Amino acid sequence: MPILNRRSFIKAAGVLGASAALPVNLARAADKPVTVGFIYVGAKDDFGYNQAHAEAAAIIKGLPNVTVIEEENVPETVAVQRSMEAMIRQDGAQLIFPTSFGYFDPHVIKVARKYPEVRFAHCGGLWQKGVHPDNAGSFFGYIDEGQYLNGVVAGHMSKSKKLGFVAAKPIPQVLRNLNAFTLGARSVDPEITTTVIFTGDWSLPVKEAEAANSLIDQGCDVLTCHVDGPKVLVETAEKRGVMTCGYHASQAALAPKGYLTGAEWNWETPYRAHVMALQSGAPMNNFMRGGLKEGFVKTSPYGPAVSDAAKAAADAVKASMLKCEFSIFTGPIRNNAGEVMVAEGTVLTQTDVVLERMDYLVEGVRGQI
Amino acid sequence: MSIRIPPVAARGLALGLPALPTVLAVATTVLLFSVFLWAREIPVLEAGALIYQGAFGSTFSWENTLLRAAPLMLTALCVALPARAGLIIIGGEGALVLGGLAAAVTPLWLPALPASLMWVAMAAAAMAMGGFWIGLSGWMRQRRGVNETIGSLLLSYIALAVFRHLVEGPLRDPASLNKPSTAPLPDAYSVGVISDTFYVHWGLVAGVVVCALAHVLVRHSVSGFAFSIVGGNVRAARMIGLPVNRLVLVTCVLGGAAAGLAGMFEVAAVQGSANAALIAGYGTSGILVAFAARHNPLAIIVCAILLGGVEASGSLLQRRLGLPDATTLILEGVLFVNLLAWEALNGRVLHWRIHWRERGRTPAEGVVQHG
Amino acid sequence: MAEIDYSVLLLALLAGAIRVGTPFLFVSLGECLTEKGGRINLGLEGILVVGAMSGYAVAYLTDSAWLGVLAAGCAGGALGAFHGVICSLPRVNDIAFGIALILLGTGLAFFFGKAFIQPQAPSLPSIELGAWSDDARVRSALSVNVLFFIGVALTLLMHWGLRATRWGLVLRLVGDHAQSARALGYRPALVRTLATAGGGFLAGVGGAYLSLYYPGSWNEGLSSGQGLMAVALVIFARWQPLNCLWAALLFGASGAVGPALQAVGISSGYYLFAAMPYALTLLVMYLSCRPNQTLSGAPGELSLNR
Repeated sequence: MPILNRRSFIKAAGVLGASAALPVNLARAADKPVTVGFIYVGAKDDFGYNQAHAEAAAIIKGLPNVTVIEEENVPETVAVQRSMEAMIRQDGAQLIFPTSFGYFDPHVIKVARKYPEVRFAHCGGLWQKGVHPDNAGSFFGYIDEGQYLNGVVAGHMSKSKKLGFVAAKPIPQVLRNLNAFTLGARSVDPEITTTVIFTGDWSLPVKEAEAANSLIDQGCDVLTCHVDGPKVLVETAEKRGVMTCGYHASQAALAPKGYLTGAEWNWETPYRAHVMALQSGAPMNNFMRGGLKEGFVKTSPYGPAVSDAAKAAADAVKASMLKCEFSIFTGPIRNNAGEVMVAEGTVLTQTDVVLERMDYLVEGVRGQI
Repeated sequence: MSIRIPPVAARGLALGLPALPTVLAVATTVLLFSVFLWAREIPVLEAGALIYQGAFGSTFSWENTLLRAAPLMLTALCVALPARAGLIIIGGEGALVLGGLAAAVTPLWLPALPASLMWVAMAAAAMAMGGFWIGLSGWMRQRRGVNETIGSLLLSYIALAVFRHLVEGPLRDPASLNKPSTAPLPDAYSVGVISDTFYVHWGLVAGVVVCALAHVLVRHSVSGFAFSIVGGNVRAARMIGLPVNRLVLVTCVLGGAAAGLAGMFEVAAVQGSANAALIAGYGTSGILVAFAARHNPLAIIVCAILLGGVEASGSLLQRRLGLPDATTLILEGVLFVNLLAWEALNGRVLHWRIHWRERGRTPAEGVVQHG
Repeated sequence: MAEIDYSVLLLALLAGAIRVGTPFLFVSLGECLTEKGGRINLGLEGILVVGAMSGYAVAYLTDSAWLGVLAAGCAGGALGAFHGVICSLPRVNDIAFGIALILLGTGLAFFFGKAFIQPQAPSLPSIELGAWSDDARVRSALSVNVLFFIGVALTLLMHWGLRATRWGLVLRLVGDHAQSARALGYRPALVRTLATAGGGFLAGVGGAYLSLYYPGSWNEGLSSGQGLMAVALVIFARWQPLNCLWAALLFGASGAVGPALQAVGISSGYYLFAAMPYALTLLVMYLSCRPNQTLSGAPGELSLNR
């Protein structure tokens, strides 16, 4: 039961007024008013993962006939189940974006079963037909494409041939990025190694700074990371005069000298697709994945330090990625103990779910899991 | 001048008086928080109405509140029971997560059992683990004089590290991919909700029942009386021949067992496996609930519901007024600061209470003299 | 791995100990001061967060990092005084009140800190002790923040002050035996409140170090429990300011050694590694305590001893 209060009424009235002024063709596509809920696991402005989501949500907020409701700092406990239910029962939400990976199993699944008429578009999960409810689904971006390009640029720019990667936890999503980054760099020069440091959690600023310093002390001259907020790493590296590649969002402003490029999310694309489907009554796309080509991820503009050779090389790879002619995980790929993980002649395309189960470090990564 | 107070009313006053500091604390909290909102130009009445609506305004809100209160009742006992014997334990979080872990691995290591038996086994494992962990603090305190407050805090940190290490290392289910967890609990063994119209899991019933049992233990049993003697004066307790060390240990083990049980319900009714989401601060909130309830098990139920309500209301504040999540933290902080500070009045209240109770007993003298 | 350069590793470890340990030093000196007066303030964790936020905010608004440090100290001092006053009331438990203060402090800091996550505030200066070296790593390792030296100076001052000044004696008397202090005409509640306020000031400065120098920005995940860890640290240090310095460096080193070891390729068990300081403190407590006797060096009035 949606409870219409004064505020949402005013909002709805305002939206109606706005859509009346729109060109007819635009207004028609969005004639059904919908309420969409966003749930974040951390603060909306963390200079990283949650901010990338919140910024895209702000764009959705501007769409005609869409009311956006948000909640931040919702832990992966019974709290998120109740927040989803509250959005449905108190605000009449028809589509919910629970944006943290940990929300999916069991929380989203449980609530989706209870409310079959509401759509749940989860970020990062591995939705499977028959196993998970049909009104739930998962979307994710192949950000490893951005990390591969980061690696290509880093490989060109590194003088010491040592790169550094600060990671939160050794889980498939992180390992895939780390491996793509390393493969990208080694495509430039097979001598290059990447040293990885796991901090153990998604947001540990002091540890991340310490990890960055240790990597720099060991001679790494290009750093990147996969933690919730790359701010600390980028600032620490800039202070010590080494280069960085960004992650989640653009950190170019934090490192005017050393920022090379970055792998950024573009969540607007899947959000928009889900909202449009809801408005037009189209069935839900339960398993949505996309990379650079589909506009799920993007790269930061090159920083001033990047050489022309690096730009040309990265642009060439990017162009073939956009034409779907490029595959990052093309055999033979060995792990860093020398065992063959992807056999010669095997090409793993991005959609291959084997990649979402990655549990090894490729050759050239220094570290253990 | 003298006022006539009927004996019944005097008795009633005597009974109701202990709630006076709590009532004053809540009133002060409302006042201070309103001033805060007003100063930030946030509509005070609307916010107040939303907090009430989000916490206690509907069946849905009540479910929400009680779901959050359920683990707090048990973790608060982890503080309140040892407190009867004079110990301040603040490491409930560690007992909860290790208890949850023990519960999560029990079905993996046992043959298939009927659900009810498996629940008993899981609860037993969780309680044993939690009891052991807090018992360790009590044991170190009695054996070596290691302060139990700091000892339990350190043990809690160690427990969290061990928990993360095990869940993301040796006990990790390889299929858990991006959310490192232990192997999922089979559906047959998951604990459900009380009813479809009252969507709260059975952990709430467990919390209330255990609090009631704890009440009987500390108020109406010989052991409970013995705990209070130890808590009041250890020397006196030794003098009358009480087994002080054993009594202290027993309160710690029981408290830890309660926290472990909370962990079991988090795993069996909410998470479905042990993972880092179990570290949600229930143990820390439990400390505040216990102190606010003056370590009285029945009052713990009320205080846990109060805190659960505040936490439940945050969701509505965010969505309707666009307030940051930290608003709820401030409200909780102000509430507990007040609850603890108004404790100062409790000494006076105790005095008045005895005074009035005596008046109540002798009807002929039911007169309060006011100079 | 033969390529590990051990001298660089050791130097980096020392540098890491100083970088990571400085906030520990300030918070533990604050807790030490508080506990010398016979109170325990677990709320220093909340005060640290408030200090980090207010320091960053004021530094950004005034464009002066030092004014930020001062503001952080004052905010911490105010919260410390609040703890001191309320816990002077009868029946108010200082441990529980400290935990409530953590909630209140983090709530206030997160609420008012929203506006300061994005902007960049000026950073605190550091002293380049390694200017003589050609090696960038040595130079970086020996670039030590001014606050660390202030912390060392404060340690020495407190060490001397507690032993040799009238103030120090009064504080210790109040902390050890309030009744005697009262008999001599001092007011234990007032002395304790002042000590708690002073402790809060130091913890606030520790927070400002986090946001204004290392890691050097304000966000909600900034503190990873340094404030609570300091309580363990003070026990580890046996309530001696000088020991607080060594203990802070040791705790700092243990925070730095994990990443440093991984950087040279040893990367298993990092959770257990991170818990080492706690285990070590517990071990020290276990070995040095005796039944029916307080920890040597512990203030007698401390609620920990009752």
